[in-house]
Amino acid sequence: MTSKTVTMVVLITAVLLMTGIQAVQADEYTSADLELWQNEYDAAVKRGRQVFTDQKLGTNGVVCAQCHPNAANTHPETYPKYQKQLGKVATMAEMINFCIMNPLEGSALALDDQRMVDMQAYITNERKGESLAPGKH
Amino acid sequence: MKILNRRDLLKGAGALVAGATLPISLVEMAFADSSLNFTFAYISDSHIQQIKGSKFVRNWDRGLIRAVAEANLMNPRPDFIFYGGDIAQLGKKSEIDHGLDILSGLRDKVHYVMGEHDYYLDLGEHWKKRLGPDHYSFDHKGMHFVVLNSILTYDDWTYDRWKDGEERMGVMAGLDDHRGSPFMVGEKQRAWLKKDLAKVDVNTPVTVLSHSPLQKIYRGWNFWTEDAEQIQALLKPFKKVNVFYGHVHQIQYNQIGNISFHAAMATAWPWPYPQSNAKAESSLPKLTVQMNRADPFFERDATGWQYIDIHSGNATMNFSLPDNSPRTVAFNPATGRPEDVKYQHNRIPPQTHF
Repeated sequence: MTSKTVTMVVLITAVLLMTGIQAVQADEYTSADLELWQNEYDAAVKRGRQVFTDQKLGTNGVVCAQCHPNAANTHPETYPKYQKQLGKVATMAEMINFCIMNPLEGSALALDDQRMVDMQAYITNERKGESLAPGKH
Repeated sequence: MKILNRRDLLKGAGALVAGATLPISLVEMAFADSSLNFTFAYISDSHIQQIKGSKFVRNWDRGLIRAVAEANLMNPRPDFIFYGGDIAQLGKKSEIDHGLDILSGLRDKVHYVMGEHDYYLDLGEHWKKRLGPDHYSFDHKGMHFVVLNSILTYDDWTYDRWKDGEERMGVMAGLDDHRGSPFMVGEKQRAWLKKDLAKVDVNTPVTVLSHSPLQKIYRGWNFWTEDAEQIQALLKPFKKVNVFYGHVHQIQYNQIGNISFHAAMATAWPWPYPQSNAKAESSLPKLTVQMNRADPFFERDATGWQYIDIHSGNATMNFSLPDNSPRTVAFNPATGRPEDVKYQHNRIPPQTHF
């Protein structure tokens, strides 16, 4: 075995051990965990707001918030829904890419691009409390 | 009350009109003496946005170019045109100059109103250099017109808080930026207005133009003027008062006492109604039948311009809406308030917002 392979084996073993330990405690989480999850989510919302107001997201300096103050008129609670112009049921990420490509004159993001995830966190957070109504309006 | 239809209005427009409706508001004012009736067009909120050098955002350019082209096709000619503010997006000289280049194509005299996007970079210096004073009045066919700069705010916000004009403009340009500050006309202009109105007979109809609504709708997006009540009080002695404002990028109308309020469409983009913000309390006038929800796949949808017919000192607001039926909001003497002539009691599904 090369030293690189040895390192890999050691790492994998370490990961397995850790996973094993975690499995024992899977149903137990602490307030520190809750805090971590909340902080991670809040950080994504905050980054999402930055992307939503980022003049560099597209190519013409137009930002999402220009037409969507407080992410209004984005309706995350209604997706997936039928978009007559696309001729199919679409997700919100597809509509975000429509806006990036058209009013912002930019290039579509990968659906798992961090900015795409963060924007959805921000948009959904702004609509917190609205009932889920997929397929509607 | 005479309502011009689009076909009459844009007579001779030919091919352009065939598939087109425009973002202008046209207002016709009517009087008992019909020779005093007149029409003016009202274009607002173009938000011309520079990308770099001579490159500007195409979408916003197109909205204004189209409004200018349509207004030029009006027949009969409007007596004049109002521009309701926000020529520029970030207050730059290049943006104001580019917008005025496009507006220079208009065949009629234009009266300008200052918007916050024209102001907060250099405190209106370039705008005033190009267009003159930001508040003034004049008389036309028996009506007294007043233009106010309603987008001022508290001095400490304007002068003491920002490292430069660019930062100040950037914050005020973000409609939902919580670091913004409420608009106001301010004490100095209110004193001027009081003096200006003192020489006007109370039977003379008065029309006021401002950028922000001279009524309080939703503070979170500055659909708001901090000293609105004080302005309304100064207008109270007059029998008929019309207030026209831009800023909100949507159809709004209201009646408060003797004052009829009308908002203009933007040529650039539409804004959601305040109640679309799930976190906000707002007081959109219940009277308003909302414009249709915008179709994002059609970039001119829910933008427009308007023409206004003045009859007997009351205004009929005609909205020219691309890809939508035109809307007409007229003063109803029976109810004493502006009402949509078609939809006031017959709302259609697209007028419901979420």
